[in-house]
Amino acid sequence: MKARVHVMLKNGVLDPQGAAIQHALGSLGFSGVEAVRQGKVIELDLADGTTEATIAQMCDKLLANVVIESYKIEVL
Amino acid sequence: MRAAVVVFPGSNCDRDMAVALKAAGADVQMVWHKDAALPDGLDLIAVPGGFSFGDYLRCGAIAAQSPICQAVVAHVNRGGYALGVCNGFQVLTETGLLPGALMRNAGLKFICKDVGLTVATSDSAFTEGYHAGDVVSFPVAHHDGNYTADAETLATLQGEDRIAFTYASNPNGSLGDIAGVLSENRRVLGMMPHPERAVDAGHGGTDGQALFGGLLGQLTNA
Repeated sequence: MKARVHVMLKNGVLDPQGAAIQHALGSLGFSGVEAVRQGKVIELDLADGTTEATIAQMCDKLLANVVIESYKIEVL
Repeated sequence: MRAAVVVFPGSNCDRDMAVALKAAGADVQMVWHKDAALPDGLDLIAVPGGFSFGDYLRCGAIAAQSPICQAVVAHVNRGGYALGVCNGFQVLTETGLLPGALMRNAGLKFICKDVGLTVATSDSAFTEGYHAGDVVSFPVAHHDGNYTADAETLATLQGEDRIAFTYASNPNGSLGDIAGVLSENRRVLGMMPHPERAVDAGHGGTDGQALFGGLLGQLTNA
């Protein structure tokens, strides 16, 4: 089985990289880009039967820093 | 005082840290990141600056799961002292020994220069060699030194006098100009600036000597 974990900075945490991307899009002439947030996607190949609870533990212990990041698990 | 310095494959301030501790009078050993135990009778473990595991995923995240870091956590939980500088600060936040997190600098650039710091509290073994309000100069060299924490954590740090150093002129966007924080028992200090690079007049300044000297004084008497 496969799972995809989306890790994003929590709402309210300033994202300097997202702000830089927003600025660069503006410089390229794309108007109306009101906000950009940058995150990461982690794809996992897992033994069949791995539970979502186990994946959540992986996220809490390593894949995300829950002080500043939130995550979303997508089982594929 | 018995001190040890953790060495990761990408550490580059480990020997500077050892030199600074030895100059202050400590007995210093180096410990490899794959070691599962720290030397017996250790007073202080220092986690140095540099890089660890390519800083993949997040700075310090993989290092925080290494065997030696489990031993560092156990050492601190026994009441031992720990000092994390730069990447070491990032590692200590990732282990949960210190609150908050270090994000990419607000200006997105690597910053390498001397910065002015205000000593925010002298109430710790690390800062008792200074007076609160003293302004010192230490080098910084980091890309991810932008300290952040939620409002509740910040209020706790302020209320418990656990902010050790603040930037006189904020270089990286850190919340509340925070450059270094203490643990609840005040025995763990994490900071982005490098006191170990400010102990020799030939290297531009000696403001860091009071940190190591104060630490030695406190831990030798303990």
